[in-house]
This record gives sequence, structure tokens and C-alpha cells, in this order.
Amino acid sequence: MIRTEELLLNVGPQHPSTHGVFRIVVKLDGEVITEATPVMGYLHRGTEKLAEQLNYTQIIPYTDRMDYVSAMTNNYVLVHAVETMMNLEIPERAEFMRLIVMELQRIASHLVWWGTYLLDIGAMSPFLYAFRDREIIINLFNELSGARLTYNYMRVGGVKWDAPPGWLDKVRDFIPYMKGKLREYDKLVSGNEIFLARIKGIGRYDAATAINYGLSGANLRCTGVDWDLRKAEPYSLYNRFEFDVPLGKNGDCYDRYVIRLEEIRQSLRILEQALEQMPSGGETMGKVPRAIRPPAGEVYVRIESPRGEIGCHIVSKGKAEPYRLKFRRPSFVNLQILPKLLVGETMTNLITILGGVDIVVGEVDC
Amino acid sequence: MSEEKDEEKQGEEAKEASSSKETPVESPTSEGDTVVSAGSTTLDSERSIVSTPEAAADPEREAKLKAAAEARAARAAAKEAANVEGAPEAAADPEREAKLKAAAEARAARAAAKEAANAGGAAAGDAAVDPEKEAKLKAAAEARAARAAAKEAANAGGAPAGEAAEPPPPPPPSPKQPQLDAAAQLIRSLVHEEALEDAYINEMNGHMPTFIVKNEHWYATAVQLKQHEELHFSYLRNVSGVDYETHLEVVYHLVDLESRRELAVKIKADRSTPVVASATPVWATANWNEREIYDLLGVTFPGHPDLRRIMMSDDWVGHPLRKDYEPLDSEV
Amino acid sequence: MGAWLHDSLTWSDAIIIFLWAVVFLFVVLGFVTYAIYFERKVIGWMQLRIGPNRVGPLGMLQTVADIFKLLIKEDTIPRKADRLLFVLAPILCYVPAFTVLAVIPYTEKLYFADLNVGLLYYAALSGISTLAIVLGGWASNNKYALLGGMRSAAQMISYEVPLVISVVGVILLSGSLNLRDIVDAQAGGWFWDWNFLPQIIGFVVFLIAAVSELNRTPFDLPEAESELVAGYHVEYSGFRFAFFMLSEYVYVYAIAALTTVLFLGGWHAPAPFLDFVPGIIWFLLKFAFIVFFLFWIRATFPRIRVDQLMGLGWKVLLPVSLLNVFLTAGYLELFVK
Repeated sequence: MIRTEELLLNVGPQHPSTHGVFRIVVKLDGEVITEATPVMGYLHRGTEKLAEQLNYTQIIPYTDRMDYVSAMTNNYVLVHAVETMMNLEIPERAEFMRLIVMELQRIASHLVWWGTYLLDIGAMSPFLYAFRDREIIINLFNELSGARLTYNYMRVGGVKWDAPPGWLDKVRDFIPYMKGKLREYDKLVSGNEIFLARIKGIGRYDAATAINYGLSGANLRCTGVDWDLRKAEPYSLYNRFEFDVPLGKNGDCYDRYVIRLEEIRQSLRILEQALEQMPSGGETMGKVPRAIRPPAGEVYVRIESPRGEIGCHIVSKGKAEPYRLKFRRPSFVNLQILPKLLVGETMTNLITILGGVDIVVGEVDC
Repeated sequence: MSEEKDEEKQGEEAKEASSSKETPVESPTSEGDTVVSAGSTTLDSERSIVSTPEAAADPEREAKLKAAAEARAARAAAKEAANVEGAPEAAADPEREAKLKAAAEARAARAAAKEAANAGGAAAGDAAVDPEKEAKLKAAAEARAARAAAKEAANAGGAPAGEAAEPPPPPPPSPKQPQLDAAAQLIRSLVHEEALEDAYINEMNGHMPTFIVKNEHWYATAVQLKQHEELHFSYLRNVSGVDYETHLEVVYHLVDLESRRELAVKIKADRSTPVVASATPVWATANWNEREIYDLLGVTFPGHPDLRRIMMSDDWVGHPLRKDYEPLDSEV
Repeated sequence: MGAWLHDSLTWSDAIIIFLWAVVFLFVVLGFVTYAIYFERKVIGWMQLRIGPNRVGPLGMLQTVADIFKLLIKEDTIPRKADRLLFVLAPILCYVPAFTVLAVIPYTEKLYFADLNVGLLYYAALSGISTLAIVLGGWASNNKYALLGGMRSAAQMISYEVPLVISVVGVILLSGSLNLRDIVDAQAGGWFWDWNFLPQIIGFVVFLIAAVSELNRTPFDLPEAESELVAGYHVEYSGFRFAFFMLSEYVYVYAIAALTTVLFLGGWHAPAPFLDFVPGIIWFLLKFAFIVFFLFWIRATFPRIRVDQLMGLGWKVLLPVSLLNVFLTAGYLELFVK
């Protein structure tokens, strides 16, 4: 007699493809998943609770550690929220610096995604190519802020440091370099039959589902929903630049892949324009009161991080510390659709789909 | 297992007892923590030269600090005066008042000097201990004190005018007021006359229309907010929970991706048994967000398909984001 | 060599044969050591890295150090593992890998066993290693290992078939299963007399199926790191793990040698005027090229999915290899006979 039974498999918390300490409990029938339950919280550091005892400047380093692949956008969402509450004016030079580092960060973040995604799919080399190119950005940030990952670069009212001499030229040189490399990436990977067979039509959902699950970033745009906060609800200086929002049609992993690569190109376009329009000098800190005490009230601000909509909800009671600080983390929200997508897929597709969502566990758990 | 838990609890209690001695920073009234509240006025870590007497070993530095402290005290006093006279709500906030008072008391001596300066511009002799730079500092302090006095005078002069007019002239109506009114009207007619506790514009947040929905009408309101053609808030972007100490509040931030209209919806819940109907059947986004609020704030969401802890482990005791939560290890 | 095998077995013959086997074992171990070094260097260069360069001159002793580390490592067996099978599996994996090498001829003179069913012997024995992988996966009492082992079984069944059928064309052309005869049939002076051009379909199918048999990228599903952590050998450590590793590289050796023999003319020079170069050099060059090719693939391709692997095996490779058999047979029947 043949007896079959379901296999309960813990994928994670220590697993090469969960991108951190994250666990999915899957029930397998052969290699087909019948149920998947994500388990998180292994990296929960209580950032929101800690923030209630810190003043706003002190919270900035904590934001670096949430989405550690894209610390600059995290910095921005916090200082932007405080600035919104205090109605502060940011010097143009500072705002340009912020925009440039955010777009560089978007490129760096997408490169990490590209490399690790291909590693998930079993190709090792692209990972190293991506990290070679990301290294240039990391070095630029290092020169700017003295850190390679947790920059702590932005401040309420501006940025901590102006660009050192020659820094902007390095950014300028990076743009054509990166464009060339993107062509190389496409040649190496984007047309590979095995790769296409692995990601086309996998992890599919439609626009209504994506909206219902509150997905954002490439996860939303792959279904054709035109929703990029840089265009839809412009913040910073984004309405000064021309760029396109790449959209998908099928809502599968392939579309998400194409969108993210295209977003690198668009970020390069924004950088080109920003470097051109940037004032050659000026203050990097606006007029900020010595004590940063936003008036009593609350705000919710949101920006487009590489992973989607990152939001910051602050309740202030007019003190130096926030009364309540809540981050809307795109990885956390985007991940919710995972159990729905996984049912009926194989173990192999689990990795493809999970990688396609593009999560950073530091942000999922916060 | 249960034994372990008991032990844990006992440990917690012990810690509670010990930690209550170490007054938390937020402690509202006690006058003992003047240093803390004085320190909290200096925010930026780079500039955090707290003007406590022990800090001043170097005489030059001491004098400088003193002068700075004086000016600050003057400003604080001025502000306090303004607050007391002009803004009754601010004065009603006991925490703030206490802090300001403490700040003023901490620098009682300097305040005296300042008063002297205000009165006739007499030398603040007793303030300066160090003879070396005395003259210079005195001059600087005097100048500052004079400025502070001027400010105070201006405030004092302005205050009666403000008081007479009671509320300042109403600001121009928000551009989103019609939108808010229409939505509020619709909800009142669709759900219940009393469904909305309040509907206002949060001007600080880019004129965000905000509803405070009555707890019992929340689910019906949510359904309408998403499904009614004129409302059509299809996208739930964020769910936050806030512990206001008097009550808990759950905030849903909604947006319609097509018309780009935004709406914040707040639901208040009783603090001892907080219950808010789950919005997960309406917006799937709410699922993990509500679990997080359940986990960290203890709000239960009836109608939620899978209400378990999400960040903390399943056997965790307490809800960490509550204001009265005592951490297991207060040192951390 | 052959002479001893045909004599009646005496003690002295047995000792000589045994010593030859030991010598050959060290040759193979030496190959594995430097194949790993070569692989790491080649892939390192392809990936903008340097590769091993610390232990010994140019890092030449890196693999030696690695093997030494594996040998002195604590040998852990999971408590709930099936101890007997767990211990048996690595041995069962390695033995056939080594024994299949017996039939491979290197030059006209240098060969071990001159078996007239050499090819069949190779195909039959190499299948046993898969059994060992399934056993190892099962005995580990680990779900990832089990999945890896099961994948390996499915993969073996699917790819052994086209692998064997793809060489039927070669057998038809040379009229023999003896590997030496197959090489002899490719003699003609020029490289287009080698089987890889007349049997181009068979050659391609053979290469794909061979990579799959080796469990190497893009067919490394049984040990797919990103999904199954390490697959069937997730619970193995120390020298037991080393044995799995070793058999994998011995199979690289075997497949590269077999490809050279079957399709690349063995020890024959590519052109008549190059005949002055000894045959063993030609053999080694071709052999090294195949090995390099396998490493190159590994640095280039992503991994195929398990269901696509099955589809490719049954729906593409099998029909194509059957077609190749018919074409070859038709050609021989119509034009040669």
C-alpha cells in the first residue's frame, strides 16, 4: 500500500533565500505547496517604541536600520514628516542633495535586488556583477557620510554635510557607466531562456488584488496601476524632472523584474537632470529652531522607496519626542499577499515569488 | 511552562517596583527632575551642553554657560508668561506647565538677575562669580536680557489684544473642505446620522480630511468608504494604533488611486477592553497591520480572520506600545 | 594492462592490479584536487574575483587544505538518522564513480579494462550513485535532504534514458559498444571525422543529459542551495560530505573523458599534419576543454525548475534522441550498406 502524507516544512528562519531571519511554514504535497504561513518578528527591535523616548534627531539613525538596503529613503521619510509638521523651508541645495542620494540609493537597492534575485534563481555570477556596481554607490555614500550602509545623512531642515569637492563629478561619471552596465545585464540575463522560463507567468495577480492588498512599488505597478508617489503625490523636487513610470501588464515576476531594471534607467535620468539643475552652492541646513518640537498634531507622510510606499505617521504633543511614531513599511505590507500567491506553487516557485516581492526583513519586522 | 511564566511575571513585578524609582523621562509633574527637563530643552546632540553646575569646571566655560542659561531662562519665562496669558489650552496642559516651571526654578538665581536687568538694567553682579571675564560676559548677558525683556514686553502687549479677540481670526477655509463635507454628508446619510463623531481638516498634514468614526458604526462606514462610487477609497495605505492614555485610537489612512483623494479615519476605543471592528474583510491590507496593533497595543479586531501576535512571540505578556507598559528589562 | 586481465589470477597479478588501481586513485584524486582549484579560479575570474590565492603558491594548495579540514572535522550523524544507510550512502556514491573509470581508454596503449560492452557498463554503474543520493537524503531524516534525494531520483530516471539513447547513434556508426573501437572508428585524420559533427544532435542531447546527470548547474536541483539549502547532503559533514563532493568531481572526470572518447575522437589529432603530437596530449586537451565547458556553464546559467526539467527530459530530449537514432539508422541503411 502506498501512503502519502503532507510534509510540513519550515523554510527559515535560517535559510539562504529568505533574505534574513524570516520564516515560512509550508505544507507540501510532494513539492506542491498547499498552505503557507509566514512567521516574522525575529528582527523586531521595537523601533517605534524606542522612538518615543528619543528626540527627532536621535531617531534618524534608527531609520537607517529599518530598511538597511535603502537607508536614505528612510531618513527622508522621517525628516520629511517632521518638516511637514513644523512647516520648515529646506534650502534648495540641501533638497537637491537629498534627491540625488535618494535616487542613487534606489539604484543601489535595485542592484541588490537584481543580484540576490538571480542568486535565488540559481545564477551566481550576476550577484557579483551587481555588487561591483553597487560598490561604486556605496563608496560615494561613504565619502559623503562616512558610512557604507547606515548613513544617518539627513537632518530635520537639511542634510548633515554638503557634497565634498569632486563628489558630484563622480556621480556624473557614474551615470554613463551604469547605463553601459545595464545593457550588459540585459545581454547576460534578461534574454536567458532558462531565466525567462523561471519567472514568466509566476506569482501572477491582477490590479484589483494588488490594490486590495495595498501593494506598492513595482509590486503594484507590474499590474499596470500607474501609482508612483514621485509622480502621483510629488514630494521633494520630483515635479521638476522628466521621467517615466514603467508599468507592467501581466502582474508576474517577469514584469516586476523588467520594471525594476527600468527604474534604474529612470533614476539615472533623474540624476542627470538633477545634476544639471542643481545650484552650485548654498546652505545645506535651513533655519531650524534649536529645539525641534513639532507643534501638537499629527501627520502621515509617504514617499516612494525602492520597495514601495514608505510612510511615517507621527503624533506629536509638542514635545521634542514623538508621542507615537509609526512607520508604514512597504516590505511588511507587500509581503501579505505571499500566502495567497504560494498555494499551488512548487518549492522552487516559492523562492521565485518571495524574491520577486523584494523584502528587507529589517523593514518587515521594524 | 506555566511555572516559567509565573516566574517571568514575578520578575516583571520586581522590575516594575525598582523601575518606578528611576523616574522615567516622561514623568509629568514631579519637581525633582528639573535636570531632566532642563536637559530635554537642548535637543541636538552636538549642542547638548546642559547647563548644570557640575558641568562647569572650567571658569570661562562656566561663565559662558551661565550667560546662555540666563538667556534661555529669560526666554522660557517670557514664553511662560505668554502662555499663561494668551493661550489657555497650553497652560491647561499640566505637563508642559510643570516643565516650564521646573526650568524656571532651576535657574532661580539667574531669573533674579534677569528681573533686575528688566527693572532697570542694573548689573547682574551676583550672577557672575568668575572675575576674569566678568565684564565682557556681563555686557553680553545684559544685551541678551534686554532683548528678552523686549520680547516679553511685546508678548505682553500683544496678549491683551489676542485675549480680547479670543479666537484669532479664522483661517481661510481649507481647499478640501467641500470634499470633506460631501463625504461626511454621504456617510451620515448612508450609514447612520450619528456615525461620525467629528469630521475636520488636518491642516498640518497637507489638509488631510479626517473623520472620527463612532466605534459601533466603523464596519458599515468602512464598507461604504470602499464601495460607494463617490467615495471609492480603494487603497488602504496605512493602519496605525495610538495609545492616548485616556483611550486607544486606530487610524486608517485611505486613498483613492484614481482621483488621488485622501482620507484619514480614526476610531476610538476604550482602553480597558479595546475593540474595533476589523477592516480586513474590506481591505486585505489591514490584515497584518491589525495583527500588529493587536500585538503591540492590545486592540482586538472582531471579524479578523487570523488575530494572533505577529511581532512578539506568542507567549508574550503585555502590549509593548502601550504607554504604561513596563519592559521586562528596564535597562534595555 | 589488458594482458593481466586476461591471464588467470595469481597473487602477483592481483597485487599488480591492486597497485595500479591505487596509482590511478591518486591520479584521480590529483585531478579532483586541481579540478576544484581550476573551477574556483575560472569561476572567480568570470565573477570578477581572484579565487583562491593564499595557501601555497598561487593558492595551489587551497583544495588540499580544504580536504584536510574536512578530514579532521567532527563527524556528526543526526540522532534520528538511519545510521547504517547514512554511513553507507557516501561510500555507495563514490564506488561506482571510481569503477566506471576503468573502461575509459586514454590512448591506443593506455587503458585499463578493454570491455566489449564498455558503454553499457558505464551507463549501468553510474546509475547506482543516484541510488546513494536517494539513500543519503532519506537516511538523513531531514526534509530538505529528502526533497533533494527525491528530486535526484526523478532527475536520474528522466535523463538516463536520453543519455543512453543519444549515444545509440554513435554505437550504430562504429558498430561497437567497446570504447576503444568507438575511438578507432573516428580515425580519419581530420576533425570532421569525429562523431560530434555527424552526430551533432546526439552530441547536444548527450551534453545536456550529461550535465544533468552530474547534478551541475543549471540542473543542480538535488542540492539547489537557494531552495533546499544544500539538498541531499545537508546533514553530512566531514569526510562523508567530502565523499559526495569527491564523487561529483570524479563524475566530472568520467563524463569529460567519455565525451572525448565518444564524440571528440579520443586521442586522435584534429588534422593529419598534427599527428606528431602524442595522442595523450590531444586527449588531455579535449578533456580539459570539456571540463572548462562544465565550469563555464556553471558561472553562466540560472537553475531550471524541477517540472521544467522533467518536461525538457521527456518532451524534448527523448524524442530528439530517438529521432537521431532513426536518422542515423536511415542514413546507414540507405547510403552505407
